[in-house]
Amino acid sequence: MSNGNLKQRLESCGHYQKFKAYADKILAMSNDSLEKTIAVALSLSFVCAILVSFSAVALKPLQIENKAMDMKRNILDVAGLLTKDTDIHQAFAELVEEKLVNLETGEYVDDMDPASYDQRKAAKDPKLSVAIPPEKDIAHIRRKAKIAKIYLVKKGDKIDSIILPVHGYGLWSTMYGFLALEADGQTVKSINFYDQAETPGLGGEVVNPKWRALWKGKKVYDENGNVALTLVKGNVDSSKPDAVYKVDALAGATLTSNGVSNLIKFWLGEDGFKPFLDKIIRSNG
Amino acid sequence: MSAVIDKETKKVLIDPLVNNNPITLQVLGICSALAVTSQMSTSLIMALALTSVVACSSAAISSIRNHIPGSIRIIVQMTIIASLVIVVDQILKAFAYEISKQLSVFVGLIITNCIVMGRAEAYAMKNPPLASFLDGIGNGAGYSLILIVVAFFRELFGSGKLLGIDILPLQQDGGWYVPNGLMLLPPSAFFIIGMIIWVFRQWKPEQQEEPNFKILDIAHGEGGQH
Repeated sequence: MSNGNLKQRLESCGHYQKFKAYADKILAMSNDSLEKTIAVALSLSFVCAILVSFSAVALKPLQIENKAMDMKRNILDVAGLLTKDTDIHQAFAELVEEKLVNLETGEYVDDMDPASYDQRKAAKDPKLSVAIPPEKDIAHIRRKAKIAKIYLVKKGDKIDSIILPVHGYGLWSTMYGFLALEADGQTVKSINFYDQAETPGLGGEVVNPKWRALWKGKKVYDENGNVALTLVKGNVDSSKPDAVYKVDALAGATLTSNGVSNLIKFWLGEDGFKPFLDKIIRSNG
Repeated sequence: MSAVIDKETKKVLIDPLVNNNPITLQVLGICSALAVTSQMSTSLIMALALTSVVACSSAAISSIRNHIPGSIRIIVQMTIIASLVIVVDQILKAFAYEISKQLSVFVGLIITNCIVMGRAEAYAMKNPPLASFLDGIGNGAGYSLILIVVAFFRELFGSGKLLGIDILPLQQDGGWYVPNGLMLLPPSAFFIIGMIIWVFRQWKPEQQEEPNFKILDIAHGEGGQH
């Protein structure tokens, strides 16, 4: 069918004629008449709504893919498995196992699918989360999900590293990150933050690889089983016996550093992953 | 005829760079200039995003300018601008995820950027679509210019880098440069923009404003009525 043909058919259609007559009438009206104002507002909203929803829907798959990719990249990074030419999807599928942990009992949750569970969403859902009493809420997060999603990296049958999701409030933003522990549930392998909005160059240096490297080999719990790992101002004196619990704070970012200390203390404490680490990891260890 | 158009086009495109720069002369759009200029890469993307929004929104608004009822004209402009900003934000999230994470809310805040509204009101409501589009590109370029200059100084002196590449070796990594922490905080952009305005107005004295008030020197006689 040619274009001219289509146009003819369209023009002969009664509805089209009525619509065109109405549109012409509206366009010819004074701009300030009530009818035209309403017509312009309606048709503009209609066009804009189509534009916005089209772009949102059409780009959604790409955005979800980006997010998932970013998450996997961060997990591989914190586990020390990321090199320049790693195929992220393949490496993740081969090396990393997703697990759900009930934070209260410290046991694995086996009757849910870890792949479809979103801990950040769950933390906002009243059914899936619990409020943290203010005196215990040192990381300033108010609610936590009942079930956490952790990642295990295995070498053969043995656990190589345990990757725990952590988050807490810094200076401007809630910082979301991963903490990787060795199989003993005590030695830090690495830490990274994948979502934060701290001051670039100061608190934002939580993502600096040089600073993150300082965490390697630090210990989390002291002899009494309390969380001893913390950030300190000034250089850590490596000759002292407690140096193994201390990491240099970020220069010029006291509040972000406090935030990091607090979120470590919270997430590795009794309200966080300590029950899990005690029960599952150290008992097998 | 074509020479006239070319001259007009050139004026519309070039004027906002220095002679009528939206940031330094009109002092609009300062908020985002403070927020995103701590790194060159974020500034470049922000500049690109804003330029495309101003150009497209001006063209869209101009093409329906004869049918916009006066009583809802600001809302109509806002709706068009906001829709375009959402589209840009979605595109960044899909194709430049890392950068969109760093820009976070600031892309959304283009909606409230005074330059976009300013061009819609001042130019697009009265001029044809193509001219409005070019005017948007010109003003976007003027904004971009300032943003990039500010980001250049902030990133270089604040973290010793340009576009993430080390330029000045930092003392903490064994080099000689002690970074200036102030440069990484938003107020430093105020100082830099202030200096740029000063340089522009020294260079082009016609940009200097007449003082609004004349300060009377009462103590030394002349018109003093005690």
